[in-house]
Amino acid sequence: MEALTVASDGNGNGLLSTVPASFDGGDPLLHPPSPPDSPPISSSPRAVPEPDPMFSLFDPGETAGDDAVTAAVAPISPRPRDGPSRSGRSSTYEYSRITVTDPQKEQEMASSLVPGSGSYVTYLITTRIGSGPAEIRVRRRFKDVVALADRLADAYRGYFVPQRPDKSVVEGQVMHKQEFVEQRRTAIEKYLNRLAAHPVIGRSDELRLFLRMPGNLPLPASTNVVSRSDGTGSLPKQVFGETGGGNAVVASQGSTQPAKGGRDFMKIFRELKQSVTNDWGGTKPLVVEEDSEFLERKAKVQDLEQQLTTASKQAEALVKAQQDMGDTMGELGLTFVKLAKFEMENATYLSQRTRAAEIKEFATAALRTSRFYRESNTHAVKHLDTLHEYLGLMLAVHSAFSDRSSALLTVQTLMTDLSSLHAREEKLETSSIRFGDKSKLRRIEELKETIRITEDAKVCAIKEYEQIKVNNRYELERLDRERRDDFLVMLKGFVSNQVNYAEKIASVWANVAEETKPYARQSK
Amino acid sequence: MNLVLCFATGCRGRALRSALSKVLFFAFVYDEIMISPERSPPRSSSQSPRSPSATPFLSISVTDPVKLGNGVQAYISYRVITKTNLPEFQGPEKIVIRRYSDFVWLHDRLAEKYKGIFIPPLPEKSAVEKFRFSVEFIEMRRQALDIFINRIASHPELKRSEDLRIFLQEDEETMDRARSLETGIFKKPSDLIQIFKDVQSKVSDVVLGKEKPVEETDPEYEKLKHYIFGLEEHLAETQKQAFRLVKRHRELSQSLADFGKAIKLLGVCEGDTLGKVFSELGSKSELLSIKLQKEAHNLLMNFEEPIKDYVRAVQSIKVTFADRANAFRQHCELAETTKLKEINLEKLNIMRSDKAREAEIEYRELKAESEQATRKFETIVRLMNEEIVRFQDQKTADMGLAFHQFAKGQAKLANDIADAWRSVLPKIEACSLNSQHD
Repeated sequence: MEALTVASDGNGNGLLSTVPASFDGGDPLLHPPSPPDSPPISSSPRAVPEPDPMFSLFDPGETAGDDAVTAAVAPISPRPRDGPSRSGRSSTYEYSRITVTDPQKEQEMASSLVPGSGSYVTYLITTRIGSGPAEIRVRRRFKDVVALADRLADAYRGYFVPQRPDKSVVEGQVMHKQEFVEQRRTAIEKYLNRLAAHPVIGRSDELRLFLRMPGNLPLPASTNVVSRSDGTGSLPKQVFGETGGGNAVVASQGSTQPAKGGRDFMKIFRELKQSVTNDWGGTKPLVVEEDSEFLERKAKVQDLEQQLTTASKQAEALVKAQQDMGDTMGELGLTFVKLAKFEMENATYLSQRTRAAEIKEFATAALRTSRFYRESNTHAVKHLDTLHEYLGLMLAVHSAFSDRSSALLTVQTLMTDLSSLHAREEKLETSSIRFGDKSKLRRIEELKETIRITEDAKVCAIKEYEQIKVNNRYELERLDRERRDDFLVMLKGFVSNQVNYAEKIASVWANVAEETKPYARQSK
Repeated sequence: MNLVLCFATGCRGRALRSALSKVLFFAFVYDEIMISPERSPPRSSSQSPRSPSATPFLSISVTDPVKLGNGVQAYISYRVITKTNLPEFQGPEKIVIRRYSDFVWLHDRLAEKYKGIFIPPLPEKSAVEKFRFSVEFIEMRRQALDIFINRIASHPELKRSEDLRIFLQEDEETMDRARSLETGIFKKPSDLIQIFKDVQSKVSDVVLGKEKPVEETDPEYEKLKHYIFGLEEHLAETQKQAFRLVKRHRELSQSLADFGKAIKLLGVCEGDTLGKVFSELGSKSELLSIKLQKEAHNLLMNFEEPIKDYVRAVQSIKVTFADRANAFRQHCELAETTKLKEINLEKLNIMRSDKAREAEIEYRELKAESEQATRKFETIVRLMNEEIVRFQDQKTADMGLAFHQFAKGQAKLANDIADAWRSVLPKIEACSLNSQHD
């Protein structure tokens, strides 16, 4: 029996030498003129170091998910990054800023039986190309977003593909249509920006079509098994009218093909059988995940996820507690304002007037403090959002890991198939030699053909698996690198913000303490 | 000075304390000559510069709360230490053991005898059984009782009262007897709050003229009443907010602790240098959590409590309103009755009736009563006018101090926060510089 360990060598290259960095063959159609450098490293063209980085330029009115206008983190590093969120890197890529606006109701083209049904909402998607002012506008509906997500999931197995917004309203939430549309609009915007920020997916054809193709998207909304299972090339070739070949070809851009057979039922059944064998069978499967480095990293990521969950939750709680503090301080201030006014209006003694004035001073200080708390919180929310973002990314990581394990399962299944086919072949050959049966010879020929096809499929599946492994590795490294940077930015931003506002609040109360000092001396 | 010693049932003895061992928390010198009635008494002050024997002083502190008794009958006893050179007192220093109901006894006796004076308010009896013995509650009560007794001792009239002397000097047995005497005849300490409430509503009724329309029409007094009632409302609101602010501090303290812990754990997932930064941040967060807890306590004792005290003082004034109204009514009624009697007497005299002599005697008695009632009323009016001035001065000082404590605490807290976070910044910068060399 063939036992093949598909291990990677140190460079992360398996049986293929595809390196993620070069995605295309220089096809001009695939790369528009705007010049991104090799993605993860270059400095942002827009970032200009400014003396007062974190807290002076924040505009609470900005849309979430895109901080492209915020200043760079100048004092720390000469390699500036835009804003606290990961989308700051998007300035190095093709699409620097995507906004989703103007939801509008439209009708289905086909007449429907029930009048009023069949309406849907479209959103205006505005994409800024590169660093210039050039913009592209298209209209899309949510179904298109779902289709995009499905295609990306197919084409970019092994990558940490950002998760798309949910289809349905969150259970238990009662929302008016408007709120729902607004929620969805925001979610779509965040999603598209995350896609654009991904070094690989940000340059994908799928995304480009989505963002740039005017009119309706040409492809059917659901993932079309037919269009892929016969091994046609990647998306653009179909769109641009090229006919696909009949054989499975390693696609450009590092995208992967599903193994021959696509999602056919038999395959699912066999893989299920194989996975059962893996889990419950006594014998080890023919191919196993032996990349210990991967397993180590996987464990680390799982640990990270756990800690991120807690940290994200506590960050939210912290923000809420600060918010409450600010609110109550404000209410206290207002109450004292009223008291001061009352005392002043009814003052018959000098001591009353003095007291009224002091109460007013105190109230003013409380109101100022309240305002500071609120401002501080607005910034803190933005900074700590990094934790939430990375937590959200964990879903993408899971799906990338499961791409890997399902690809491995496919390989295992095929190898099991092959070995049983070989066994049959052997059996037939020995028996036919003995009897020289014509029909048997024919069967042997057929069997040999099946074996050949299965071999091809196996080769394909292994390539797929290898590619996914490469993608996993690339993404894990990217995760570590970017996470470190993003966390540092988050920490610096959060801490600076806290310091800044604490100083302001301290100064307010120091003044009041000074003014009221005589009373302390008096009481001694 | 007529203490009827009554060996009533329910009188219990109490173990005498052994010699002192604790430090006094508050001690102040009351200078009888120096302080005018308008000036609010200092809550705590240093010793007079002159030699103690020359200047009369009376210094009291309430300390050392101790839980005594078992189960439902458990209570807190306090040590009341009196230091004085006044001749009326037994020696330069006397220590007695008192409990909350003894303070209530004193308060009620003073309220009975000194109508027109705003009797310093007592802290409330605990409404919730659970908190009766919580450390915080006990400390707040001790502080309030200390302030209470010292206010009495610095009031020009009240400090001369015999009841105060009994309270400060007599042994526990005598105190117990005196207290149960009150209890037997007048009211139980535990009903104080209820009585207080009754009085309050009665005061509102009487003062707002819902009962008999025999009422003063002094516009100044009307203004004062209106002011006091309005003030109570405003103060109640501020007290509510102050309490909420204390709660917020506690909540923020908790979330800082949780956040710090979570960040530290997250740091463990990260690499060396970054992990250390996370760990540092988490530690600072936990440190600040503790500081916030402390500030919450400071706010409770030195901001919310003074506001509560203010509310109680206002309620005490309302009681005086009721006393004044009663005195006024009595004065009016008696004056009228006397007038009638006078007219009747004249008639009898003219008619040369033999009832005249009797009527004359009655008339004189009634007239004396009426004059007494009038004097009583006028005393109340006079005292109230003095008291109001004292009250305003005192409250300005009290609130000034409360604001000062608040501001000081908040400023310190904010500075601590700034310092703690600031100390992490260099580590973050160092970490970022490192990462560029990778």
